[in-house]
Amino acid sequence: MELLHIKDISVTVEGKQILSNIDLSIGKGKVFVLFGPNGSGKSTLMKSIVGISGYNIISGDIIFEGRSLLNLSIDERAKFGIAMMFQHPPKVRGVKLSQLARMLCNDKKKIEKYIELLNLGYLFDRDLNVDFSGGEMKRAELLQIILMRPKLILLDEPESGVDIENISIMGKVLDEYLKESGASCFVISHTGYIIEYVKATDGCLMLDGNLYCVGNPYKLFETIKEYGYEKCKECDIRHA
Amino acid sequence: MHEELNNLSEKDLLDAGIDLKERQRSATFVQIDEKPSLFRTMFEGIELLPTEDAIKKYPRFEQYIGKAFSAINKDFPRDTKGGFFLLVKKGANVVFPIQVCLFLKKKSFSQKIHNVILVEEGATAYVINGCTSDKASKDSLHVGVSEYYVEKGGYLNFTMIHSWTEEVSVQPKSVALVEEGGVFVSNYVCLKPVREIVMYPSCVLNGRGSRASFSSIILGHKGSLQDIGSRVVFRAEETSAEILSRTVSMGGRIIARGHLKAQCPSVKAHLECQGLIVSEKGSIHAIPELETDYRDVDMSHEAAIGKISKEEIEYLASRGIDENTARSVIIRGFMDTDILGLPEELRMQIEGLKEKLTDSSM
Ligand SMILES: Nc1ncnc2c1ncn2[C@@H]1O[C@H](COP(=O)(O)OP(=O)(O)OP(=O)(O)O)[C@@H](O)[C@H]1O
Ligand SMILES: [Mg+2]
Repeated sequence: MELLHIKDISVTVEGKQILSNIDLSIGKGKVFVLFGPNGSGKSTLMKSIVGISGYNIISGDIIFEGRSLLNLSIDERAKFGIAMMFQHPPKVRGVKLSQLARMLCNDKKKIEKYIELLNLGYLFDRDLNVDFSGGEMKRAELLQIILMRPKLILLDEPESGVDIENISIMGKVLDEYLKESGASCFVISHTGYIIEYVKATDGCLMLDGNLYCVGNPYKLFETIKEYGYEKCKECDIRHA
Repeated sequence: MHEELNNLSEKDLLDAGIDLKERQRSATFVQIDEKPSLFRTMFEGIELLPTEDAIKKYPRFEQYIGKAFSAINKDFPRDTKGGFFLLVKKGANVVFPIQVCLFLKKKSFSQKIHNVILVEEGATAYVINGCTSDKASKDSLHVGVSEYYVEKGGYLNFTMIHSWTEEVSVQPKSVALVEEGGVFVSNYVCLKPVREIVMYPSCVLNGRGSRASFSSIILGHKGSLQDIGSRVVFRAEETSAEILSRTVSMGGRIIARGHLKAQCPSVKAHLECQGLIVSEKGSIHAIPELETDYRDVDMSHEAAIGKISKEEIEYLASRGIDENTARSVIIRGFMDTDILGLPEELRMQIEGLKEKLTDSSM
């Protein structure tokens, strides 16, 4: 069953075209990995799904559970079950992590459980992302996302800045959530660490705003590591 | 309870920090229009009386009338009626706040009062001064003339909560004198609509090692003018002060002033005005001033005015929070009560009020 269908979209940012005719489908319960070099447009794709302003979809459509997302506000998309972990979340001065957690979830026990699992107790009364370290920021993001109980999780480089032990902690929390909820996950990764903890089902490569090579994520990652991104582009199993 | 007080809304008073049940309070003073209606103390280290009565009872207090004003060559208005005189006796450590309430009830009435606080040597006190008015008090004026004296090693934590109604104009005039090693902490909160407030309280650091801190949280509603500042004058060495303000305009006009004036060397001072404009029609004018005749001072200021960042709103929206809620959560966070040195119970009360007012006006 299909959960999200990105239907041939092109996206401009400040008048410049960043994504060209991206077509991609994510099935229910699948873990889809997006690889690609810096600046290729990966975050742009995720922000377009979430509906962040300034990312203009000039053609195509995004279908989630059979409905187009394009005319929905950011919070409506979130309420439909889409949650994104930001690559660079903004600082929100005066708003505490604890306050946001309580807005996202009424179940105190559940909040406590994840606070404990993700070792966030000491950050709970701090202002959101203000002076958080790289790893702390990612753990706090994961907490928020899990508390939202989404159907589709978008992870923009969940491992970047996170130490080995914390990647393992985050990986386990994520894996457990995906298993119990049956949610799907779309994840951007440079290092591939995260797919050692969650079982990835699909992968693809983005280069210069175009998608290449939809296939087995582990094989794809091996190929990239061995031959580099550019070579990958020339490979003849190109789909998309 | 006093019968005149029966007619006052307990909830309105709580919004101004005044608890008529006197839970965790050490003294209470209530003045309605021109008349002190209630005053009593539950703690022996303090006396709280109408100013006229206090002077009769203790003629030596006469010397404090107008003394702070003349220290900065400011005209002292003598035509006042009512007001409170608070004496915190030498060495007394008053843990629970002393509450004073100035209430405007009549229409077209001018309440002009004189308050004195004297914190004697080594004493400590927390004061909550709640000012509020009845819906009926249209076109009324409140002029509060206040003088605060903090003697050697004393500590005064003074919180003024303005909780007026739209039709009232307010002009508090106050001067604090702080002696050697003394500390004056002034918190100011004004969240409810008001027609006009003009105030520029001053503090003179007279004694070596004395310290002052002014923090204000101001919410400007449509149709209001709030011209509010704080001034610290340094007249002794090794003194320090901090002035912080967080102003939010939801359509009102706010002038946020601050003035640090060093009249001697070895002074450390910082001034910070932060403003947030939420409505197209709002206006904020920040006027921070630093002034010194000496080289050996460390004085700085920071002023920033802006709107709510779209990125922050969208971030919260991506968590499923609708835009209006996100906006009010951010505004409430900006008016951070942690910058105030408040007792916890009072801080919670102000948080509640903030929530109510930012939600209702979005
Ligand atoms: N808001 C924006 N304003 C201007 N340019 C933008 C904006 N967002 C993205 N871009 C540009 O679009 C291109 C793609 O950026 P994007 O963030 O999607 O890359 P990415 O694949 O996520 O890279 P990385 O791996 O470094 O995170 C870059 O050239 C970037 O500078
Ligand atoms: Mg990126």
